[in-house]
Amino acid sequence: MITDIFTIVWKEIHEMLFQRGRFRGGWVGMLFFIAVFGIFMPLQSGRSWVESPLSLVYWSWIPFLLGSSIVADTIAGERERHTLETLLASRLSDRAILFGKIAAAITYGWGLTLVSILLGLATINLVFGKGELILYPLDIGAGILILSFLVATLAAGLGVLVSLRATSVRQAQQSFSIAFFVLFIPIFLVPVLPDEWKIRAIEILSRVNLRMVPVALAGLLILIDCLLIWIATARFKRAQLILD
Amino acid sequence: MNPIAIQTQSLTRDFKTVRAVDDLTLDVPAGKVFGSLGPTGSGKTTTIRLLLGLLEPTQGQAKVLGFDTRSEAARIRAQCGALLEHNGLYERLSAETNLEFYGRIWHIPSTERKNRIQELLTHLDLWERRKEITGNWSRGMKQKLAFARTLLHKPALVFLDEPTAGLDPLAAASLREDLSAMAKREGVTIFLTTHNLAEAEKLCDQVGVIRQGKLVAVGSPETLRGQGSIPRVRITGRNFSDRLLASLRSRSEVKDVGLDAGILTVELKQDGSLTPLVNLMVQEGAEIEEVNRMKASLEDVFLTLMEEEK
Repeated sequence: MITDIFTIVWKEIHEMLFQRGRFRGGWVGMLFFIAVFGIFMPLQSGRSWVESPLSLVYWSWIPFLLGSSIVADTIAGERERHTLETLLASRLSDRAILFGKIAAAITYGWGLTLVSILLGLATINLVFGKGELILYPLDIGAGILILSFLVATLAAGLGVLVSLRATSVRQAQQSFSIAFFVLFIPIFLVPVLPDEWKIRAIEILSRVNLRMVPVALAGLLILIDCLLIWIATARFKRAQLILD
Repeated sequence: MNPIAIQTQSLTRDFKTVRAVDDLTLDVPAGKVFGSLGPTGSGKTTTIRLLLGLLEPTQGQAKVLGFDTRSEAARIRAQCGALLEHNGLYERLSAETNLEFYGRIWHIPSTERKNRIQELLTHLDLWERRKEITGNWSRGMKQKLAFARTLLHKPALVFLDEPTAGLDPLAAASLREDLSAMAKREGVTIFLTTHNLAEAEKLCDQVGVIRQGKLVAVGSPETLRGQGSIPRVRITGRNFSDRLLASLRSRSEVKDVGLDAGILTVELKQDGSLTPLVNLMVQEGAEIEEVNRMKASLEDVFLTLMEEEK
């Protein structure tokens, strides 16, 4: 099954690179992103691009934004372009197709993030290093790698799940946006909470060990990712996909 | 090799209140081209989906290449190729990459895959254009490429769902020739659906006529033509007088008589004999040059079978 998953990833990456039927189309978007996050932003931020703990926050969410731009296209796109039934009529198993789609979205979202991180490190060292090697602190570096992977998986799982039942890419993108919005409802609710609730929350947060936040977040993400993949696996029914 | 490629027993599939496939019992011999002939909406595509194990039957069972469609669908799909209602090509990718992808799906080793892609594309006159994005191709070229994809892994059985639908007559004829040549060359069993009678007549060794999900006739095109044969005679000659026509119409074995542009057409009843009629015509002064028994075309048979529905 691993070979089959790689085959699906191989095809998906080819399609991403050849967006709009041109080799240039897919590459331009990717290179633009890499240039912004690997060169421009590090030059603007200086050493803090690497040394600030805030880097953990933005690098964790970038794979979600990247993944979300392509993941809705995976199954809904195949359905819209009438390639899904032929794929389902092949020897590939349901799981190989599903995990291949998820793996492709992770490869794209996480892969681009890693390339940008490495390029950013190179930029910082070349411009601000002055002979000294600047690296992410070990805990932040490990946090970035783990959280960005888990967030890329979150985008992939959520995207494939909404893409399974969507009749078109547009519908999948709309559903994905709604799902994304639902994830952030707790943040939007903060301003309308009663004052005593807010005070109580601040008291609790002030007692929290901030170093444990990424660990807790990683735990929560692992739970959500597993749940999403489990639901997607359960809902991936060949006959249903054809009749949809 | 199993001599029967497809065997169905009372195969039935319902969609809510609609019965798409109704009690289909059928044997398709291996190595033959079988045509499932029927109008749009007669259940042909559903039959293919059932045979590939993409849908489960409501009742009955089917075996494809000896495997049960319910419990061994994955093994069936591993040994079959399918060109379905839509060609299923990735239009952002080149022809070569499309085949490369499906070659990888079927685990064809790299060198063999490359050779096979070259072989198929060369035979279908597409090799020179292999690097082109297929989205820019004509429908006919896309269908040819999709056909190449179905043969890529040398399947034992190929399903073709209306392969020439939507093609212009030239492209359709070209694809039909390729289908026929490649089927013979590869020695593959083909299950083909079509509503094109000429296509069925040209390509198929056996034809099953489907009406509202039911198999109403099956046999070789020749046999079917024989079953539906209308005993009609075309007589060329001179001196076909009104009196002669009246005499012919009065005969018990004659169903109908028509004269058009000097050609006399006599429709006989099923057991009607021709010899006494020819004698009568000669006696009445007709000069007969040629007498032809007319054969029913597959279209006549098909229309008769469809007419029975009404």
